Amino acid sequence: MDLVKYLAVSMILFLLGIWGIFLNRKNIIVMLMSIELMLLAVNLNFLLFSVYLDDLIGQLFALLILTVAAAESAIGLALLVVYYRIRGTIAVEFINLMKG
Amino acid sequence: MTFLFYLFSSLTLLSGIMVIQARNPVHSVLFLILVFFNAAGLLVLLGLDFFAMIFLVVYVGAIAVLFLFVVMMLNIKLAEINEKRLRYLPIGGLLGVLFLFEVLLIVDNDLIPLLIYGNIQALTEYRELQFIDWSNTIHTVTNIKAVGNIIYTYYFYFFLMASLILLVAMIGAIVLTMQKGIRIKRQQVFLQNTRDFAKTIRKIS
Repeated sequence: MDLVKYLAVSMILFLLGIWGIFLNRKNIIVMLMSIELMLLAVNLNFLLFSVYLDDLIGQLFALLILTVAAAESAIGLALLVVYYRIRGTIAVEFINLMKG
Repeated sequence: MTFLFYLFSSLTLLSGIMVIQARNPVHSVLFLILVFFNAAGLLVLLGLDFFAMIFLVVYVGAIAVLFLFVVMMLNIKLAEINEKRLRYLPIGGLLGVLFLFEVLLIVDNDLIPLLIYGNIQALTEYRELQFIDWSNTIHTVTNIKAVGNIIYTYYFYFFLMASLILLVAMIGAIVLTMQKGIRIKRQQVFLQNTRDFAKTIRKIS
């Protein structure tokens, strides 16, 4: 089993998630999608090591991460809808009321 | 198998790049779905069929469709031509280099068993040492069975906790997005039930 190749894939996917957050400062939906990409990469890593080490706890943990990912995206999108209803825009550069 | 791995992984990475750089958010969501499909393919290659199916069901069926709904519901002006896209490239590149450095600090010789032996000859000898686990071919436990065996017995606390997390998320999302305006039409059961047919329907002549 090619552990290193799978690791490289999930690592690059995580890096793409980070870059999606940092390089794409316009669109908050794309930032949420980048968070999903990072969660996917972490999940792939857990499952990969679970297979590699022949340990089932990694798969259990991946299931829990999946749950948390679903909850996070639901709450985040609900917050986004509420914010859009109040402000009329979801551009990231206008979310600076709490900047101080 | 190797060809399938390269196909799935390259498609995953290409679609990941497209997710973060597509200008239209709908295209981003669709490429995100493609990423999830290819990740499910990678999981099938790993032998985790149950998790591949769960990835499809949860990620594509729930999360991506939720994203698609929100993208289409909110009025997002697409293509604000961002010529300042590379403005954050220095800090992003710095973070990327830091991340790669940290990961490569961990993924070293201990994790790659072939590199311990040092020379190529030992490497080929090691590669010839593959064997078939005959007991595995006689008695196999499927993925879903194994996960179910531990999740309902030893780790049911985590299972309950996951269900509570989902419950909190559901209630939170409903409470956040429910607005009590006057524009919303609600059911008024008593008024609707006591409405008289003979009085409401009449013939205009």
